[in-house]
Amino acid sequence: MSRPEHLAPPEIFYNETEAKKYTQNSRIIEIQEQMSERAIELLLLPEDKQSLILDIGCGSGLSGGVLDENGHYWVGMDISTAMLDVALEREVEGDLLLADMGEGCPFKAGAFDGAISISALQWLCNADKSHHKPVQRLYKFFSTLYACLSRSARAVLQFYPENGEQMELVTTQAMKAGFYGGVVVDYPNSTKAKKFFLVLMTGGNMPLPKGLGTEGESSGIDYSRREKIKRQRGKPLKSRREWILEKKERRRRQGKEVRPDSKYTGRKRSGRF
Amino acid sequence: MKLLTHNMLTSKCVKGVNVGYPLTINASDVRVADVDFNPDFISRLIPKIDWPVLYNAAESLGHVEDLPKETPVNYENNEEFLKKAHRALLEVEVVHGELVCPESGRKFPINNGIPNMLLNEDEV
Ligand SMILES: C[S@@+](CC[C@H](N)C(=O)[O-])C[C@H]1O[C@@H](n2cnc3c(N)ncnc32)[C@H](O)[C@@H]1O
Repeated sequence: MSRPEHLAPPEIFYNETEAKKYTQNSRIIEIQEQMSERAIELLLLPEDKQSLILDIGCGSGLSGGVLDENGHYWVGMDISTAMLDVALEREVEGDLLLADMGEGCPFKAGAFDGAISISALQWLCNADKSHHKPVQRLYKFFSTLYACLSRSARAVLQFYPENGEQMELVTTQAMKAGFYGGVVVDYPNSTKAKKFFLVLMTGGNMPLPKGLGTEGESSGIDYSRREKIKRQRGKPLKSRREWILEKKERRRRQGKEVRPDSKYTGRKRSGRF
Repeated sequence: MKLLTHNMLTSKCVKGVNVGYPLTINASDVRVADVDFNPDFISRLIPKIDWPVLYNAAESLGHVEDLPKETPVNYENNEEFLKKAHRALLEVEVVHGELVCPESGRKFPINNGIPNMLLNEDEV
């Protein structure tokens, strides 16, 4: 499989044509949404509460759409104007910034309750310009990401490492920036379904959750779920379902495109796929 | 750009800038969008918000209305206040204009609601 990041810099690769193609491809939509769902699960956000999330490499807002569905508010940054234009066209709910993650996350300390990044981080491992040094750009990215997260917040970054060295390069820079954590691999035995999630923690070292489809995943204690329950504090004013349904109704009244309600709406998804 | 984002945004990634906060807003086009009100979310946002920065930003856009200068005590249960905060944070949007770094004077254009924070080679 050819790697887009070998073909051109992201702001060139994701031009108008590619941005449209990308956002209309039902296979891509499905995969991006599944990975976003899993990343959100790995964030271990307080249940039934709306959180403020940073989406790094938000593109046209497919990952952001899943944040919406889960009732969160998001700010997205991306380097491609064409991708952001499609996000505007789709009237995404998040607020958008044109920014290069390799230049750092331009936010004040403690701004976000969590961060996700879906299929963007591998782009940072390439030197697209003569002055680009991947190690420095990765370090700048992770250190400024660390700073803009609130205490005990997590960042979950799904990415496509090219090889073991790249995984090592990325993880080393993240740890150097102060994060704890590591890579969770879902379905490691399937070439197609195998996915890498860099799970980064700010509030001390905790055991990493098991990847899906790994040995012991079903028999072992489901650490993430247990902790979620522990972290649950009080009920919100409105139930999650109630609040999402209301929000959808409002968008419908505004004549916007809304996914139909179903018995799954506002239900905590297992994130298993 | 919403004022929530403005409240979080800095120019500290520019070489030589220390704090880069708050960014001055010069707006040529502002609009007010309709956003769902979630009092619980707003009340948990308040501790993260630099309130004077929000107040000044709303004022500079001509949308301060009856936003209080300070956050009231027990704001968690003050729905009226939370609604005003909600409006300032999430509904007022800068569509066109620019942000200005308070230390270097560097300008960041805002087009179609999106601030351009990209740096030049010599600014990294
Ligand atoms: C495969 S798309 C994923 C978009 C979105 N997260 C999703 O799930 O649909 C990767 C995105 O990463 C963005 N990207 C790549 N390098 C970047 C950088 N250095 N800074 C910010 N965004 C970047 C690209 O512009 C592109 O929109």
